[in-house]
Amino acid sequence: MEVRDLFESMDYGSAPESPDRARQWLDKRKGILDHFIGGRWVTPAGGEYFPTHNPASGELLATVADGNEADVNRAVAAAADALEGWVAIGGHGRARYLYALARHIQKHARLFSVLESLDNGKPIRESRDVDIPLVARHFYHHAGWAQVMRERLSSYRPIGVVGQIIPWNFPLLMLAWKVAPALAMGNTVVLKPAEYTPTTAVLFAELCEEIGLPRGVFNVVLGDHKAGEALVQHQEVGKVAFTGSTEVGRILRRATAGTGKKLTLELGGKSPFVVFDDTDIDSAVEGLVDAIWFNQGQVCCAGSRLLVQESVAERLHEKIRRRMERLVLGDPLDKSIDIGSLVDPTQLERVRSLVETGVEEGGELWQPDCKVPRGGSYYPPTLITEVAPSATLAQEEIFGPVLVSSTFRTPAEAVALANNSRYGLAASVWTENINLALDVAPKLKAGTVWINCTNQFDAASGFGGYRESGFGREGGIEGIYEYVKPFWESRLSKEPVQQLPRFVPAEDNSDPGGPSIDRTPKLYIGGKQCRPDGGYSNAAYDAHGEVIAEVPAGNRKDIRNAVEAARKAEGWSSMTAHGRAQILYFLAENLSARTDEFVGRIVSLSGKADDAARTEFELCIQRIWHYAAMADKYDSYVHATPFRNVTLAMKEPLGVIGIVAPEEAGLLGFVSTAMPALAMGNRVVVVPSQHYALLATDFYQVLDTSDVPGGVINIVTGDQDVLADTLARHLDIEGLWYWGSRSGSRMIEEAAAESMKRTWVNYGLHHDWFDAEQGQGESFLRRAVEIKNIWIPYGE
Amino acid sequence: MAGKPSSNVTELNSGHGHAGRNPGLPFEAELFGSLRINRSAVERRAATLGTRRSVKKNHQAAWLLRAISLIDLTTLAGDDTPGKVRRLCQKARRPVRPDVLAALGMSHAGLTTAAVCVYHNQIQVAVKALEGSGIPVAAVSTGFPAGQIPLELKLAQVRASVAAGASEIDIVISRAHVLTGNWRALYDEIAAYREACGDAHLKTILATGELGTLTQVAKASWVCMMGGADFIKTSTGKESVNATLPVSLVMVRAIRDYLELTGHAVGYKPAGGISKAKEALTYLSLMKEELDSRWLRPQLFRFGASSLLGDIERQLEHHVSGSYSASHRHPMG
Repeated sequence: MEVRDLFESMDYGSAPESPDRARQWLDKRKGILDHFIGGRWVTPAGGEYFPTHNPASGELLATVADGNEADVNRAVAAAADALEGWVAIGGHGRARYLYALARHIQKHARLFSVLESLDNGKPIRESRDVDIPLVARHFYHHAGWAQVMRERLSSYRPIGVVGQIIPWNFPLLMLAWKVAPALAMGNTVVLKPAEYTPTTAVLFAELCEEIGLPRGVFNVVLGDHKAGEALVQHQEVGKVAFTGSTEVGRILRRATAGTGKKLTLELGGKSPFVVFDDTDIDSAVEGLVDAIWFNQGQVCCAGSRLLVQESVAERLHEKIRRRMERLVLGDPLDKSIDIGSLVDPTQLERVRSLVETGVEEGGELWQPDCKVPRGGSYYPPTLITEVAPSATLAQEEIFGPVLVSSTFRTPAEAVALANNSRYGLAASVWTENINLALDVAPKLKAGTVWINCTNQFDAASGFGGYRESGFGREGGIEGIYEYVKPFWESRLSKEPVQQLPRFVPAEDNSDPGGPSIDRTPKLYIGGKQCRPDGGYSNAAYDAHGEVIAEVPAGNRKDIRNAVEAARKAEGWSSMTAHGRAQILYFLAENLSARTDEFVGRIVSLSGKADDAARTEFELCIQRIWHYAAMADKYDSYVHATPFRNVTLAMKEPLGVIGIVAPEEAGLLGFVSTAMPALAMGNRVVVVPSQHYALLATDFYQVLDTSDVPGGVINIVTGDQDVLADTLARHLDIEGLWYWGSRSGSRMIEEAAAESMKRTWVNYGLHHDWFDAEQGQGESFLRRAVEIKNIWIPYGE
Repeated sequence: MAGKPSSNVTELNSGHGHAGRNPGLPFEAELFGSLRINRSAVERRAATLGTRRSVKKNHQAAWLLRAISLIDLTTLAGDDTPGKVRRLCQKARRPVRPDVLAALGMSHAGLTTAAVCVYHNQIQVAVKALEGSGIPVAAVSTGFPAGQIPLELKLAQVRASVAAGASEIDIVISRAHVLTGNWRALYDEIAAYREACGDAHLKTILATGELGTLTQVAKASWVCMMGGADFIKTSTGKESVNATLPVSLVMVRAIRDYLELTGHAVGYKPAGGISKAKEALTYLSLMKEELDSRWLRPQLFRFGASSLLGDIERQLEHHVSGSYSASHRHPMG
């Protein structure tokens, strides 16, 4: 077109980024992408390849090695071989490699960006300005963690070989999130990229070659779920990290159950975007562009569920529609577009079909009159209003450029609607009222809350889910803990360290002294003593096998009641840490006042000498003091993320935690496991040691006198594995800690997959509950909290 | 966001979309009192304005030529003389070297800058120098740049400048009214200027660099538009911070909301600190994205700039020749 005409029309025209260098790179590899194993390019063991396409045009980009179990075995072996040397070069040695990777990524930033856009369909502006800079930042940041590992993580060691499976929506960025912390902490890696988007992982492997990363430290096995499954099931893999769908996450949770493999899952979401009536509405509209029209909406934490205060809903919707009219769909390599292509025709079909469902269910569809290019998997930006919580689209993740909207009336209702989801990945809150923002943020069940912003990411801040959005964090110190384990874990014993008394139960149960006044132990639920639902009791024996009482045999319904009571006792979680500390100190004080009674009971049940029982009891008191002290000291912190904001890493209680206490450890086991959970603000349902059940039932009398609110501690005695099963399947508890058998541990992890509750199990190994590290400490506290990162930009 | 429109305002809404000058509105604090601007969010949007759209090749040349047609070519210095002003006026008439224009196929497009902007004392010189060109003369007024003179003198200056031949008057608002929250006084002041302007167009300079917050910028924008401003303008060019993209976003969004409410299109003029061709492109993109193409015409958009033209000329020559250009190859103003 002539300049003169353009002077009148003032059109943008197109501004294509050249794909030439990326194509040259693919040509150099002859259009074939192979595995990178042990520092070498390896053809697939099965000889099979599959194609990867440019989703914007459908053209073939490359053929990709189709990995199988043999490839995975080879890669894991290479990673295992490399482990010792990688640990031995130390934190500084590893830091230098990570630093070199960061530098090289920056040097080849444009090639990475173009390849990413070609392979994934995302706009070049995003791969260039968001993905790749974040990748470099991630390696810089974690070079730092490698450097300071010895000082900051002196009691931790690497896990070993780590298997990582990453998704197609942010291929290189997800690689960075996983690989950087793993390598920094001295692990070696086998990475399985998504089958749709393998190219940048291969280019990254080339960089590893280029900087001379020791062979086998980083390995890539390409392929589909076959390779992924083999990796997850490989016995030498000590940890699995996965980002992807909740459905697959569940499969992985079950597949790794009971193996002792550490697991992090970053899964789906249906993240709320909450707009209050006092917000800067134009900014909120722009926030939505960043929330749901970023990366074609193919973002696990996309703000896909708009909740707007009814009084401003019409105005906001109008402004959103106007903004949508300006969005441009087009070739991902065009620098003037906003929305590129979905990753694959199957995704396009999925989005279409979900939108159809939404309309059938009464949603009001609106799409701008925009040009939808032909040939690729393009889907126009879409707004669907009047989407009630009961609608499919309010609950199901769409993973496309589709925003659904509904209204609320009050802050409390906004929170209720926001939390009315099985997911809990992220949330965005828009208000100019700091009181409101900081009131709402902690109430939202989400691993990340963005105040007046959205989709902000940084290597220094943890990212991860609540509920069925998965568990574990990536980024920041939170993420670092996912790639190490404490030395003490390796010292756990296969045999119980504390011994149960051995006895033959007495057959003659008649009391020679005649009946005494019967003090009946009961269940303790909601602050009340209650009889078991089933109406059965089990005999309680002393150390010599004499029956000294009948203990209630709790059942499913007792667990149900206990969880309901715990659920209601929310005041404990919102109480100040100081307040909780005061109550725990008071509890210790009251327990202390009954020293002789409890020592006598310990002697009777354990057969220990009086002084040994006294020592154990004294340690129980100290442990309560310890957690009372830590209640307001294991506190939140602020991450140094690189823009003008406070990123508040807020430690929050999980909520309701089920605790199956160690059978052999009596009162000490009860106190050691329940107290850290309580100190952090959790409410607990404890299934105490069966043999030592009477100590637990004695204990609730102390609770009654210590101002512990009803429902905060619930005690259900009975068969531990039966009750553990009910807890593991319960969908309304957030955490479950279990010290029992190996098979029980497996059962717990398998059953927990349904609701993705956080589990901590012992795989049949035993703590020394008298040991300062195994019986008490930060490991317990860390399991008792969830870290929520709240991003609060400031500046007037 | 503005509050609910009151009934008298709703009536005005019936004229949605009509052309003509902004008549203003009766003062109503409710329309802007609850406005809140989130600086961080505005800055994030501003940061991507230059990266979400890209104009290249012929499109870029066309956009740069368009930018020239939107410049209020300005000289506001204590040492301005008739000779200097006449030189500037000649540049306004022929802003681009004829051979460059010819190569772009723009020889007969009648390209000039949008206006020439001077102090009161240079109005007559400028009017004479621009005779027959159709290029209007804009005069800065009301005790520019600080505005710290009595209101009667400000009004007298406006009238005198109109009498001297200025068809556009760039007034400075009393920052004190903003900083003390005396919105009514600001409104009255603007309304008085509007009346004093008669047929001359009124541009109100907010001096955003001295208003403290973006929320104040938004509120001041609203009061100026309610008072009858034809344009709202960022800066005198003499504050330590002049036109910025975040400030522009806030003012442009105010214009959008005002248009939605009243149907009247108010113009926008960023001034001071815009000296690069690339920045000019970003500003044009801002107008197109946040408003629409009507704001790419001199009726509704101006650049207040003195050195921007030079950079655009160099870019245009580069477009034509393929070689990077030098300042001395282009006639100065």
